[in-house]
Amino acid sequence: MLRFVVRRLLLLVPILLGLSILVFFWIRALPGDPARALLGERATEQTIEQVREQYGLDRPVHIQYIAYMRLVVRGNLGTSIKSRRPVTEEISRRFPATIELAAAAMIFAVFLGVPLGFAAAKRYGGVVDNASLVGSLIGISIPIFFLALILKWIFAVKLGLFPTIGRQSSQISIDHPTNFYVLDAIIALDPVALWDALMHLVLPAIALGSIPLAIIARITRASVLDVQNEDYVRTARAKGLESRIVDRRHIFRNAMLPVVTIIGLQAGLLLSGAILTEKVFAIPGMGSWLADAIVARDYPVLQGGILFVAVVFVLVNLLVDVSYALVDPRVRVSG
Amino acid sequence: MVAALGFTALAAALAAGCGGGDGDTLTFGTASDPVVLDGALVSDGESLRVIDQMFETLVGLEAGTTKIVPELAESWVASDDGLEWTFTLQDGVTFHDGEPFNAEAVCFNFDRWYNFSGPLQNSSVSYYWQTVFRGYAENEDETLDPSLYESCTAQDELTAVIRITEPSSAFLGALALVNFGIASPKALTDYEADAGTVDEEAGVFQPTGTYGTEQPTGTGPFKFDSWERNDKLTLVRNDDYWGEKAKLGTLIFRPIPDNAARLQALQTGEIQGYDLVEPQDIETIEADDSLQILDRPAFNVGYVTINQAQPPMDNLLVRQAVAHGLDRQAVVDNFYAGRGEVAHQFMPPLVEGYADQVTEYEYDPARSRQLLQQAGLTLPVAIEFWYPTEVSRPYMPDPRRNFEAFAASLNESGFRVTARNAPWNPDYLGRQQNGTAGHLNLIGWTGDYGDPDNFVGTFFQSQQPAWGTNEFPNREIMDLLNRAERETDIAARTALYQEANQKIADWIPGVPYVHTSPALAFQANVTGYTPSPVSLEEFASVEFTEGGEEE
Repeated sequence: MLRFVVRRLLLLVPILLGLSILVFFWIRALPGDPARALLGERATEQTIEQVREQYGLDRPVHIQYIAYMRLVVRGNLGTSIKSRRPVTEEISRRFPATIELAAAAMIFAVFLGVPLGFAAAKRYGGVVDNASLVGSLIGISIPIFFLALILKWIFAVKLGLFPTIGRQSSQISIDHPTNFYVLDAIIALDPVALWDALMHLVLPAIALGSIPLAIIARITRASVLDVQNEDYVRTARAKGLESRIVDRRHIFRNAMLPVVTIIGLQAGLLLSGAILTEKVFAIPGMGSWLADAIVARDYPVLQGGILFVAVVFVLVNLLVDVSYALVDPRVRVSG
Repeated sequence: MVAALGFTALAAALAAGCGGGDGDTLTFGTASDPVVLDGALVSDGESLRVIDQMFETLVGLEAGTTKIVPELAESWVASDDGLEWTFTLQDGVTFHDGEPFNAEAVCFNFDRWYNFSGPLQNSSVSYYWQTVFRGYAENEDETLDPSLYESCTAQDELTAVIRITEPSSAFLGALALVNFGIASPKALTDYEADAGTVDEEAGVFQPTGTYGTEQPTGTGPFKFDSWERNDKLTLVRNDDYWGEKAKLGTLIFRPIPDNAARLQALQTGEIQGYDLVEPQDIETIEADDSLQILDRPAFNVGYVTINQAQPPMDNLLVRQAVAHGLDRQAVVDNFYAGRGEVAHQFMPPLVEGYADQVTEYEYDPARSRQLLQQAGLTLPVAIEFWYPTEVSRPYMPDPRRNFEAFAASLNESGFRVTARNAPWNPDYLGRQQNGTAGHLNLIGWTGDYGDPDNFVGTFFQSQQPAWGTNEFPNREIMDLLNRAERETDIAARTALYQEANQKIADWIPGVPYVHTSPALAFQANVTGYTPSPVSLEEFASVEFTEGGEEE
């Protein structure tokens, strides 16, 4: 197991190296140059030339790449052209926002999706099953952007139940040692701030969690249907075990295997969905930041941000593989 | 959705407290965070908006106008040759850190800017110093011109004498720019305002001192309290302010990049105001009794560029045909929600130097066709017309609609228009500026400060590829603008700009078509906010009227 983990971690090196080259050259292949993006309407040819020179954009690309990698190996991801802050500093503020949002969305999706899928399978062909089928079809097919707007319009603007923007209300003032606002509120022992942070998460989490919810519910249902026809389930029933215990010990645990994999695979989906959700709810996370950086041609942000996200991705996948082995003793990872 | 309903009962309790404002606190929605709170180092509107509340300049502008009035200087006088300006300063002013404001502090600030070196000379950092004063003590880039600034002397406690190297009529008005706000010399030094590192790879200047992020120290009615990046920036009232004190106790700026999200936050009361309302939202806001719209006086111009490097646009008759072929009235009537007026000059009417009378070109397709034939061309004349996508500007809320209407009227007038487009920034702006955006393209400009030099001077005083480099700028017009910039007699200067405007209208480098009034939105109970043409707006006079506490 340990060898497996170490080997996978070592694999990170070539993956990231390859990715850094790809991202670096891809960004520079985009039309338009950052000097002009930065100066906008005010730009004259003279000032653009000056900025290009000062930002080293007039050097050959491979020289720029080597300069960049020198910084990266020292843990320096450069400085945002637009905000003039270090990219690592921005990540330390924005990544927790996205993770908090993704975690809330996942909690929503799992805690609603698994029971729904289970109930649908147990009443196969019944009202719950059909309703959940229709529900998940809708869940998958509504664009996140649209769902987010609708949720916001009804529950925040019309009914006034939830805030519409950001991560906390402007009158809340607590320290943010971790930048996970829920955690920060707990550390500060401030119930009002905690409640406020949670309220800010509800609508974005539902919007972002809707597609994973639908997928998890469908996978759970299919998996439970499979498992409950297995011989060992029939044997357990024949032994006269209570159906509650059969459900829990024999069906549920075995049916969860594919669901765990799916949850891991959703990580990528969550990040792309986060771009839209963060935009609609004005949440300062990674997604909206990278999207804005593309428009602004903020090279250092794009390079650093994408590299960072890639590392997270690889680590999450590793985690999923490991947890798979933990959940299912039959799966043995070999070094 | 089920979960949302589940929270309903609990959430209702919070809903009442979910707004950002009570009688003493106002939350304003902005498009983004400031870059850094040091006027000398920024040029973006969101930074300047916040800095403006904390800092003051030698001269100010009367609220809602571009008229120069005393601010930190109570009076001033220029020498006869226009090179020496003597400012008599306000007595009894102190900085937020308790340091006295005096002539030495004024000179310290000017000398700081003048002696910028290294990355601080980058035009993306000290853009406005370069715009107004051109160069530095030691220019590190050969493209920079010698500085207009020469020296500043503290003659006594309250008398500062600034010398410039040649007469400049724009000098005094430019001093009203927030960028030239006077900061506490002690704070600038103690918190290392000019310290910074340069990114080895991308060369970006990153301030490393805490002055611009934690310790901005001016003399204004509000002072800095705290800044949680991407979340909120809080200012509090300066109780020791020398003039009339701010009515609000706390002023919060919240970044909300999405326009629709800003509107909704205003509707729910999470913010009490925001800037640059989209034209399509104005009706919604006006229909809501608890909200209000404020108009900012027109300070922009939308125009069609004609590129004379693209034949047959080098022919004046063809340019006249273009001018007669654009149905400007229809575009302004239909696409500006009643907030636009047809433009005939490259500057808004309230700027000095706007001519009383210039040649106007009514929409007249028959006349256009006749002019084209007169130029010896076979109809229809094929032209490429560019417009930007993914952008909304006060002077063109929806460029595609403007383009479509113009293309239709040009097709009526003997042209055959080919549509081309590109995303606004940097693609479209790049093409527009280096003159590769067709025969015609849509563009515009919002002024930085209330001076004709900032409009026609920007466009026509130097050679620019956007207009086509062969013929334009016309020498005569360039000379007029150069003379106007040096003229310190206001009446003579105004006359020179008026003459330039008439010549420009006859030469037709492009066709101005609209000036618009951008809109701001506030909760209905907010009063005392005076929109300014140059967006220098004080929150010090803002307050909530009766009922301001029920959110």
